[in-house]
Amino acid sequence: MLAATYGIFALGLQLNIGTTGITNFGQAGFMAIGAYAMAILVVREGWSWWWAMPVAIVCAMAAAVLVGLPSLRLRADYFAITTLAFAEIVRYAANNWRSLTNGNQGLLGYNADWFKLSFRFGNWLNDHGIHVTSFLFPLMLVSWALLLVLWLLVAALVRTPWGRVLRAIREDEDAARALGKNTLAYKLQSLALSAALAAIAGFVLAMNLTLLVPDQFDPVFTIFGVVIVILGGLGSYVGVLVASFLLMTLLEGTRYIGLPLASDKIAALRFIIVGLVLILLMAFRPQGLFGKRKEMLLGE
Amino acid sequence: MTAPEAVLPGGRFAVVRASPLAVVGGAMVAAALVLGAAKGWQSLAQATINGLVSGSYFALGAAGLTLVYGVLKLVNFAHGEFLTFGAYMALLGHSTLSLPLPVAIVFGVALTAVLGVGLELAMWRPMRRRGAGVLQLLLMALGLAFVLRNSIQIVAGTDVRQLGANVTASVTFGGLHIGRTELWVLGVALVVLLALALLLRETRLGKQIRALSDNPELAETTGIDTEKIVLVTWILAGALAGLAGIVYGASVGVVTPNLGFEIVLSLFAAVIVGGIGNAYGALAGGILIGLVQEWATLVAPASIKVAVGFGAMILVLILRPQGLLGRVRSADR
Repeated sequence: MLAATYGIFALGLQLNIGTTGITNFGQAGFMAIGAYAMAILVVREGWSWWWAMPVAIVCAMAAAVLVGLPSLRLRADYFAITTLAFAEIVRYAANNWRSLTNGNQGLLGYNADWFKLSFRFGNWLNDHGIHVTSFLFPLMLVSWALLLVLWLLVAALVRTPWGRVLRAIREDEDAARALGKNTLAYKLQSLALSAALAAIAGFVLAMNLTLLVPDQFDPVFTIFGVVIVILGGLGSYVGVLVASFLLMTLLEGTRYIGLPLASDKIAALRFIIVGLVLILLMAFRPQGLFGKRKEMLLGE
Repeated sequence: MTAPEAVLPGGRFAVVRASPLAVVGGAMVAAALVLGAAKGWQSLAQATINGLVSGSYFALGAAGLTLVYGVLKLVNFAHGEFLTFGAYMALLGHSTLSLPLPVAIVFGVALTAVLGVGLELAMWRPMRRRGAGVLQLLLMALGLAFVLRNSIQIVAGTDVRQLGANVTASVTFGGLHIGRTELWVLGVALVVLLALALLLRETRLGKQIRALSDNPELAETTGIDTEKIVLVTWILAGALAGLAGIVYGASVGVVTPNLGFEIVLSLFAAVIVGGIGNAYGALAGGILIGLVQEWATLVAPASIKVAVGFGAMILVLILRPQGLLGRVRSADR
């Protein structure tokens, strides 16, 4: 389930970093905006969950355009820091704007509609002879289905002429501009689409958590997403699927190995593993599992 | 060095370009006047003192970060962990090896410099030889940050530690409180930063460092031993980061494995505001971010002050991407 959430999340990052060559490190911020917009509309405004979700996606996309308009003309490393700072601003705002987000107490009760649906789905499965032990099983099915559908969509999208322009921007933005392409508009579209994917990942995460707290959306989430993109290979969408599954198996797997360590040390150990994976990949196989070596030349 | 005016086309930000420092200085004075009038001069003065204290450790940390960027074009996301490392090493020296506090501080600073050199030899130099790209190095630094932070956490535990400094004793004059530690912090930072500025400005070594960050190829052709200068840069950056970590831990009063991670984005903000790669810019940027964050506490909840600092950074990036003291060239590549 976590793998599916990260998968959807990293699809957007792949579109930005891998295909378009814009170093979006603020993905967790867009995810937070999506999840919180949905939860706030349901809890504070009493909207139906079904209406809240598309509106929340639009909110995340609008935020992406607002962030992107001034900052996309910056160089890659500046853009990375700016978007990271943006995500932190979102998190600080969510922590402090208590009347809206309930701060670090968390926001509850946005998922009644989903529970009804999930319950009915579970019953339906039971009626058809599939006995499910976990009440999270429907969510897992839905999130994997979502990941697959979105993956197909994005992978198809980058094969269109639109996707070709994005790759052209990554390879040589001046050349793309010389061909008369409005590169800023394309980059904004890429960023907004990625934010929409982040918002969807945020919904899945919110349904999984049942309590929305700002610290779920810290920059570490984005960095894990980036690790997935790199592990899978820049520009490779199959890579995103495989890598998010691999990384989460690796991370969750360390929970079940009977290490003679306190739980906080095991948590730290998992982060060390992620860090080492990133360092070793960059040192020895910068193209990741499925990438092409030349795609990593980006940023030089 | 050509004046920026000659490079930028169009005259939209002509005033800003003429003297960005004066404009920002003017804006700061105006903000101070408004805040002072609205919230009382007493609290403004207190916030200014707090801002100068945090500005001094921001400046120390940012100076190392910007030197490394200038010389190596490396966005060192692991710089925050250098701060953590320095603070923990000083802690180790003080409480475990029971060294006197000043010796323990030197111990922490020296070990952080050693860490910087060690990582250069083990990681960065081989990677540069292979011609690694900017993004590749940035992501490696990110991975390194994870490894360092969590290794510290495993070895030292997540418990909050305290440096032996006395954080409650304070000096009062005219109704303003300054902690005794904070006075020390201000003094040490002032001396070290002045020394750094002199080093960069007056000595041969400093000129070589600046030459290398200006134009690596040209510096090499003039016979500068670039590998040596890179090592010196790491020593400086490591030592400054170690000191910044210790000073930060001392003035906040607590040391945790997340110390560096909490502050690293503010350091980036200081670096960017001042102009990335420019050491004097980092000093100005550090103090500016410190002041902005503390002044923000006068009008907004204190817990949001860091976000206000980031907001200032984004504003500077939008209006003047090369930073206050940076040159156009470095922002346009």
